[in-house]
Amino acid sequence: MYAVRRWVVRHARGFERLYQAFEPLLVKLHPVWRRIGYDRAEAPVAAVEKGVKGVLFDCRMCGQCVLSSTGMSCPMNCPKNLRNGPCGGVRQDGGCEVVPEMRCVWIDAWEGSRRMRYGDRIQVVQEPVDHRLQGSSSWLRVVRERAEEARQSSQGGAET
Amino acid sequence: MKFDDEPVPGYSLPILPGHVSPGRLERVLRAGKFAVTSEIDPPDSADPAEVLKRAAIFDGYVDAINATDGSGAHCHMSSVGVCSLLTRVGYATILQMSCRDRNRIAMQGEILGAAAMGACNLLCLTGDGVQAGDHPQAKPVFDLDSMSLLEIARGMRDESRFQSGRRIELPPRIFLGAAENPFVPPQAWRPHRVAKKVAAGAQFIQMQYCFDVPQLRDFMSGLGDLGLLEGPERVFVLPGIGPLASARSARWIRDHVPGVHIPDAVIARLEGARDQKEEGKRLCMELLHQIREIPGVSGAHIMAYRQEHSVAEIIEATGVLEGRVPWYPGRDDPSERNPESPEASPEAEPLQG
Repeated sequence: MYAVRRWVVRHARGFERLYQAFEPLLVKLHPVWRRIGYDRAEAPVAAVEKGVKGVLFDCRMCGQCVLSSTGMSCPMNCPKNLRNGPCGGVRQDGGCEVVPEMRCVWIDAWEGSRRMRYGDRIQVVQEPVDHRLQGSSSWLRVVRERAEEARQSSQGGAET
Repeated sequence: MKFDDEPVPGYSLPILPGHVSPGRLERVLRAGKFAVTSEIDPPDSADPAEVLKRAAIFDGYVDAINATDGSGAHCHMSSVGVCSLLTRVGYATILQMSCRDRNRIAMQGEILGAAAMGACNLLCLTGDGVQAGDHPQAKPVFDLDSMSLLEIARGMRDESRFQSGRRIELPPRIFLGAAENPFVPPQAWRPHRVAKKVAAGAQFIQMQYCFDVPQLRDFMSGLGDLGLLEGPERVFVLPGIGPLASARSARWIRDHVPGVHIPDAVIARLEGARDQKEEGKRLCMELLHQIREIPGVSGAHIMAYRQEHSVAEIIEATGVLEGRVPWYPGRDDPSERNPESPEASPEAEPLQG
């Protein structure tokens, strides 16, 4: 919802903290996900993720969430799907070039990022979207990657 | 400025040490000269002579010609087509590539094709939305954004690989550009966004129309503060200017062309003038004078849509080239003339299209 997502951006710092607490929790549940099987967990987790993030961010389930780097304003709501900043067509009143009644997603992103502790991540160049991930759970993908990183670094530690 | 390693028109210049492209634009900019670029209005036609005719208007006044890519989301001859025709007779071109109409497979292929045809400069753009053009029912693609297009193009050039990682045998030698519009929100971010584009590979920046010099000054000092205007990795900035034909057309542009900010004072000034067209040109010349004085500005991009003939007059009157005559076909050797140039003799061999 538009009003909710604007509210979220105004409280970007709080949502940054919330996610910082939430991600390690998900990673801790790695054994559970593994037991259920990541493939079997995918559909129910994706459904929950879609519900929660849909309400809060108007999430489009691109499957490669960058909200932490975009001031908690979802870039997939930009009609041009820009992942790296605003285009040059933003209206003087801050309205979107394509949908004038909507405020530019990237003006919100910039303002949100200024409220966040790690807001400067907005300057990191984001890779183009991998369209194969559309509809999949970003949460599970992150958990899987983090768990894999942890496994590799602990193995690396054991070898030395 | 005359290069002593001038090739036969249609062939590339040698790439100098520290340069990435065999093009004239990079040479002029790195030599510290005030560069002038302009853009061609691509024809709604398959006639090659029309392209050459439109380019000849700028002979002796511009260092490179931008070939727009479906500007304003309108259908015209493609930018690769325009560039290919122009490079065959030796013109320096800036290939504009917008993310609106093609996916990454098409765009990377087009970069190779254009480089093979002699295009040395690539301007990576997001593109206006399809709602602005003559085909609002079209599917907007936006598979990439301008930032990722820059990064991919740089990878193709510097690492000889496609985005997929697959190897390219001979990489495209292209000087990479990006656009910026410091006159629209979020203004505070705009210099940082240039820094991000530079990090993604941008080496020159061309801008939207500037009618607000104080705002441009703030923006340029922002770029300076970020250290973007000095050192070997510096970015060359070319603000955009152009003559407004009348107060009415200024209003129309402001309301219909995405991203053009024209202050009320400018429109009032045109309205109060006896000859609005002359006043528009005069304003453009004043802007060019002021812009040139701003530290860090490397040149200007002149957009004179349907007033292309005024570009020569504006450059002549302001003297920004300081007596320099940018290369054009026939400058050094009349036999190399653009067959569509007014100077060309009527019996000249027509270019096979």
